[in-house]
Amino acid sequence: MATTTVAEKSPAPTAGSPAEAGVRSATFRVWRGDATGGAFRDYTIDVAPGMVVLDAIHQIQAEQANDLAVRWNCKAGKCGSCSAEINGKPRLMCMTRLNDLPLEKPVTVEPMHTFPRIKDLVTDVSWNFRVKKGITKFTPRPPDAPDGTWRMQQSDVDRVQEFRKCIECFLCQDVCHVLREHEKEDEFIGPRFLVYVAALEMHPLDVADRVPELQKSHGIGYCNITKCCTTVCPEGITITDNAIIPLKERVVDEFYDPIGKLVKIFSRKRRS
Amino acid sequence: MAEFETVTHDVLVIGAGGAGLRAAIASVTAGGGLTVGVVCKSLLGKAHTVMAEGGIAASLGNVDDRDNWKVHFSDTMRGGQYLNNWRMAELHAKEAPARVLELEAWGALFDRTPDGRILQRNFGGHKYPRLAHVGDRTGLEMIRTLQDHAIHLGIDVHMECTVLTLLKDGDRVSGAFAYDRERGRFRLFRAKAIVLATGGIGRAFRITSNSWEYTGDGQSLAYQAGAALQDMEFVQFHPTGMVWPPSVRGILVTEGVRGEGGVLRNSEGRRFMFDDVPENYRAQTATDPDEGWRYTQGDKSAKRPPELLTRDHVARCIMREVREGRGSPHGGVYLDIAWIKERLPNAADHIKKKLPSMYHQFKQLADIDITKEAMEVGPTTHYVMGGIRVDGDSQMSTVPGLFAAGECAAGLHGANRLGGNSLSDLLVFGKRAGEHAAAFARDHGAGRVNDAAADDGARRALEPFERQGGEGPYQIQQALQHTMQDLVGIVRREDDMRQALGRIADLRARAQRVTVEGNREYNPGWHTALDLGNLLTIAEAIARSAIERKESRGGHFRDDYPAKDASYSTFNIVIRQGADGSMQLTREPIAPMPDELRTVIAEMG
Ligand SMILES: Cc1cc2nc3c(=O)[nH]c(=O)nc-3n(C[C@H](O)[C@H](O)[C@H](O)COP(=O)(O)OP(=O)(O)OC[C@H]3O[C@@H](n4cnc5c(N)ncnc54)[C@H](O)[C@@H]3O)c2cc1C
Ligand code: SF4
Ligand code: SF4
Ligand code: FES
Repeated sequence: MATTTVAEKSPAPTAGSPAEAGVRSATFRVWRGDATGGAFRDYTIDVAPGMVVLDAIHQIQAEQANDLAVRWNCKAGKCGSCSAEINGKPRLMCMTRLNDLPLEKPVTVEPMHTFPRIKDLVTDVSWNFRVKKGITKFTPRPPDAPDGTWRMQQSDVDRVQEFRKCIECFLCQDVCHVLREHEKEDEFIGPRFLVYVAALEMHPLDVADRVPELQKSHGIGYCNITKCCTTVCPEGITITDNAIIPLKERVVDEFYDPIGKLVKIFSRKRRS
Repeated sequence: MAEFETVTHDVLVIGAGGAGLRAAIASVTAGGGLTVGVVCKSLLGKAHTVMAEGGIAASLGNVDDRDNWKVHFSDTMRGGQYLNNWRMAELHAKEAPARVLELEAWGALFDRTPDGRILQRNFGGHKYPRLAHVGDRTGLEMIRTLQDHAIHLGIDVHMECTVLTLLKDGDRVSGAFAYDRERGRFRLFRAKAIVLATGGIGRAFRITSNSWEYTGDGQSLAYQAGAALQDMEFVQFHPTGMVWPPSVRGILVTEGVRGEGGVLRNSEGRRFMFDDVPENYRAQTATDPDEGWRYTQGDKSAKRPPELLTRDHVARCIMREVREGRGSPHGGVYLDIAWIKERLPNAADHIKKKLPSMYHQFKQLADIDITKEAMEVGPTTHYVMGGIRVDGDSQMSTVPGLFAAGECAAGLHGANRLGGNSLSDLLVFGKRAGEHAAAFARDHGAGRVNDAAADDGARRALEPFERQGGEGPYQIQQALQHTMQDLVGIVRREDDMRQALGRIADLRARAQRVTVEGNREYNPGWHTALDLGNLLTIAEAIARSAIERKESRGGHFRDDYPAKDASYSTFNIVIRQGADGSMQLTREPIAPMPDELRTVIAEMG
């Protein structure tokens, strides 16, 4: 790879041979299979400085396993396509640097566990798209100005902008035990969509009331604030403290919910 | 005919980026109860539009009330070196503000001005602060807003489904033949009208900011269906891509960094952009660093710094510094935003607030803290100005019933696109394409679908499984990327490009023997093999058009013809498939601009 010049001349294609100093090799233990089953397979490749796990997967795909299935688009943590479990942790492959992983032993790469498997690293996340459709849509108040526009202060939008950073990687859904272990997909929308409801509920222009549905069909009561979702969010969204707890407080205000009430008391105490 | 799953829609939109989603919304709300389907190669919300960073250009005039459609129009025409379809540039400048406000009504939350309106930022080639934005994740805000609005309108979305060919009934389009990635099964779409919104071609080059999706599918599908392409020689090389480490080479560094006061320096620490300001921009460019800084901070009397000149020019200046030995260690130059700490208190927080994803991108991928150190940057293949030739008002291609919008269509940007003018393009022309496609669908019955064409598509798609012992698809794709990068890249020469055409022909022969392993289920090797034909077609179109344009203009730079030639300012280079299947080039005159628009340009200076 041309590393000494951005000039448009590049050396002859060398099919990914890393011409960098400090080349070493690493082994990736990648889950291969489909809905009916599968197994881990080891692939050893040369690694170059700065590589991320997605680069390693692509190199394996180009050189050793052309049909290795993986999703990706942006390679920069912006699209949320490349979610997987790396050494057991839910992460974006494109934002996981190899030099942050112990390369003495094989790096395991496997699909998200919560979703049905399709092939290799690709899972069926279509449930998420169906869930979103069931949430009451954005409903703005009438425009503030005669020209049909609204006025909002930056301080009013800051809070919701945090939620709108979500790249829909579904890593939080993957890690949440209510979905992962208890498989409550029919009753609980999961952290991603609690963030989504929070973004709508706290949107300065929105006038719809989603509190009844939070309680009844979205299953907010299932969340017991373990905060695992916040820990894995690649966008650093404070899912539990900033989105879920305030929603639980709203539910408590409208319905009786013991866990939520405790939360409210607890968080009030903390704030004071 | 073999049995294929068949799906029928009145309007079929191919692509779910900004243009496709806006088109689908327009078609389904156009009245008449039309059924609308959208197909896309990835999951919903993952199209390229999600990656856009800097903002959407629209002359709202919220930050500088001197702005209006006339200034935006003349900026776009100047940036495009007057090869633009002036009608599109006019409609775009006039309609962009309404399209942005519409996003707000659908829930988008842009950054705000102190008086509570949509904040706008400076960008290259725009005279006034014009880009509505959300930090540096504007594309995410836009695609999510459109997606969340669209899902409640009864549009059918076919995710992870790739169109292989368009089907025709006589002259008009009547359907599309596709496969689903998950199972590898074929699907036949019948439609009265089709909108192509498939995006760009960046995967034809080795260093690019574009994803695997950008294989020129729409341009190639349209060409195969008999539509004309135009301006294919104009590819935009964005001046600032990451250059180090190697695995991130090409990933975009938003122009917003320069809009917020970032400066370019060479290894000697010199702000080399002051050394070469083109004649036609001199009157609008700052004369010293202090004036440039004041401009980025909103001083209305100051002129913009030379870092915000058009992308083609900045990219070439960077190339020159590197070639003449004044580059950075990894072959780029330095882009420095950290220096603003000399001017601003809390500069580090300010940078993190204004450019959060750039901060993370460098921190996580390159171990660079951009609030403390300069970034290393160099040109990366970013955008194609050329594409499917369309009518400026309706966005219909030269094939009846086939429309195109967004990056895959040509016309708005001429020889060079201004930053921020793509997202607005998607909204303005996505809406127009959707409406006109709906009208076409209402006015015309369903066309017949040619079964033989579908059978033939299926047979050809499966051939790579049947062959034995051929090459894998990735090797061919990489060889093409090297060919285009080396021979048809930022600096072009006739002999190089002739050589490229020879190599493309060889690669086409190799692609015909490509072999894939595994089965049809979610098989990226197979998908890559199927994309090769499209990539080769658009690579050839780019090389042939670039040979034909014997001058330098906008994104097209010829080492053997380094000057602009006025005799080339009167036509577009247009490509069609000849009766014998070969690529035919013609020079189509640009229609004369009406006097009102001429006056606007004269007034704006
Ligand atoms: C990193 C980056 C930053 C950018 N920043 C800005 C910015 O700040 N401002 C700006 O104005 N522009 C910006 N651009 C440019 C802009 O984002 C793109 O030009 C624009 O998003 C293209 O939108 P689109 O709707 O035309 O296509 P896309 O958003 O790319 O969508 C294409 C769609 O077509 C589908 N598709 C393609 N082929 C097929 C097929 N064969 N079958 C079925 N579906 C198919 C894809 O799956 C996808 O859904 C940026 C680009 C990049 C890469
Ligand atoms: S905090 Fe709630 S939503 Fe998040 S992982 Fe725990 S239970 Fe799930
Ligand atoms: S909230 Fe965070 S972890 Fe969950 S889907 Fe969004 S970005 Fe991913
Ligand atoms: S590829 Fe987009 S987030 Fe990883």
